[in-house]
Amino acid sequence: MEQPFIVDDPSTDTFRINRRAMVDPEVLAAERANIFDRTWLYLGHESEVAQPGDYVSRTVGGRALVLCRDHDGTVRVWLNTCTHRGATVCRETKGHGRFLTCFYHAWSFDLAGNLTTLPDAEAYGPGFDKAALALKAPPRVDTYRGFVFVSYNPAVIPLVDHLAGARDYLDLVCEQSDTTMAILPGTQEYSIEANWKLLVENSIDGYHAMSTHATYMDYLITAMRKAAEALGEKLAPPSLDGHAHDLGNGHAVIEYTAPWARPTARWAGPLDPALREPLAARRAELAERYGEERARRICETSRNLFIFPNLIVNDIMAVTVRAFEPVTPGLMHVRAWELAPVGEPAALHEVRLDNFLTFLGPGGLATPDDVEALECCQRGFTSWRELPWSDISRGMAQERPGITDELQMRVFWRRWNQMIGGDPAAAGGGEGETPVRLHAVGGGR
Amino acid sequence: MAVGLDLSRAEAEDFLYDEADLLDGWDLEAWLALCTDDVVYEVPATGLPDGSPATSLFLIHDDRFMLESRIKRLLSRNAHAENPRSRTRRLITNVRVGPAGDGDGAADEAAVRASFHVIRFRDDAMHHYVGRYSYRLRSVDGQLRIAHRRAALDADSLRHSGGKVSILL
Ligand code: FES
Ligand SMILES: [Fe+2]
Repeated sequence: MEQPFIVDDPSTDTFRINRRAMVDPEVLAAERANIFDRTWLYLGHESEVAQPGDYVSRTVGGRALVLCRDHDGTVRVWLNTCTHRGATVCRETKGHGRFLTCFYHAWSFDLAGNLTTLPDAEAYGPGFDKAALALKAPPRVDTYRGFVFVSYNPAVIPLVDHLAGARDYLDLVCEQSDTTMAILPGTQEYSIEANWKLLVENSIDGYHAMSTHATYMDYLITAMRKAAEALGEKLAPPSLDGHAHDLGNGHAVIEYTAPWARPTARWAGPLDPALREPLAARRAELAERYGEERARRICETSRNLFIFPNLIVNDIMAVTVRAFEPVTPGLMHVRAWELAPVGEPAALHEVRLDNFLTFLGPGGLATPDDVEALECCQRGFTSWRELPWSDISRGMAQERPGITDELQMRVFWRRWNQMIGGDPAAAGGGEGETPVRLHAVGGGR
Repeated sequence: MAVGLDLSRAEAEDFLYDEADLLDGWDLEAWLALCTDDVVYEVPATGLPDGSPATSLFLIHDDRFMLESRIKRLLSRNAHAENPRSRTRRLITNVRVGPAGDGDGAADEAAVRASFHVIRFRDDAMHHYVGRYSYRLRSVDGQLRIAHRRAALDADSLRHSGGKVSILL
């Protein structure tokens, strides 16, 4: 008997998703065809190739790519494959140079993609078109505030339209800097033996903060208490408070006040009390520039921003940019970077770097337990046939769902369901390949 | 200024082997007692083993308070990634005493380098952490103490390491 992937019934406050979506290789094949091959995917940030000649290589949507800045200063994206017979032209994850040279037969391309030299070129006939053998770009490449996206769907809607309400939240993150934000050196490269959609849910899940991350909260409160005692002040009771918002096209955010310090610009223990004054000054500058309400949001509120299908920008005790890709239904690869204002004073910058590591990343006091939680879910899904449903209905009856509700996950799943079902409107462009249709759920497996 | 404390390789090895035993045995309070009050414990990001924690993203950069919090967490029942606890075995080798090439050391400190292979077993999985230790060991009241400890991984990612650094490396 056929079962849907989601049951979404506001009249009974019911929202459930079928766990088959987390384990079935057919579902992953449909996700690749209907989502990853059709929408915009985050590749990297312009600041990672700050100088002409800089390049980085990574796999996005299953394709090996090169992000580089050519000698005119233009940011370019190339498929990392030689137009001769296919070898990757870039074999380093990061580098600098004038050319990308394929070592196999030594064809050499400049960073603007032109095939510049090849050995014994005379052997090719007069019809040989060197210009046509330039490196090839993915069908669509575009950037928003330094974030570089690609799409393998030539008919995809423009990036700005795709980003919809998420733009304003990216703006808020970027307004921390008077000039520009940049990705710092160093990548946290890890993996989780769990379905990629579990990390979507987890990255914007306020409900688990107090239970899963009790040891982080204990660290934070101890640090805040020590700071308050040293200053002879009373410790305000820590709280997490805010709301979830649907940003359109499957994007969602939770925005909230939190007890932790923010390098732009909210002082709290364990920060050195000497930083109170510079942080207050920074906040006053931002209020001057953006008005008091906008400055309050930039400085005081934290936000966990999800950009469909697989980008997270969490602007919390520091800013992390996190992208992940399915490898199998039960394995994802994760990359996380740190985004920071360019030219930040060294004292604040160092605090930012350390504040990041208290919570975030696979060596922090929190992320290892997220990895454990997701892997436990995946293990639990072994019984998906007997217990097919996960409940994501929290806060459905609320007029304004809070951050411990699950609206933000429902926003993701609704969009996912539209795209997985092959709804052409959801794919952001009616043209392109025919979407994959999944077979009915049923026994025999 | 050269690093000043006179330490033989055998003394350094004894210290590192004792330390490994404490960590493998989850005797983390005793291990913490080997650290100075101004201890720094750090694990750079994979792919950037020589980075600086002041300018680049690390995996771990702990001062004494953060390290105490990490150990308190690990010894509680709420470090879910280590509950139930993993079992580890640390193979420490290629121990060398001498300047690590990273600048000044105090007169009462010695620089020690070593190779490590930490193998972590949990849930019938085997995770590997392979890399290089750099220490600054300081003599405090005649006892050897850890002033600075960097564990730099050789892998390109944590994909062979269970996706995390949930133990003390
Ligand atoms: S495959 Fe690149 S030169 Fe032949
Ligand atoms: Fe979490």
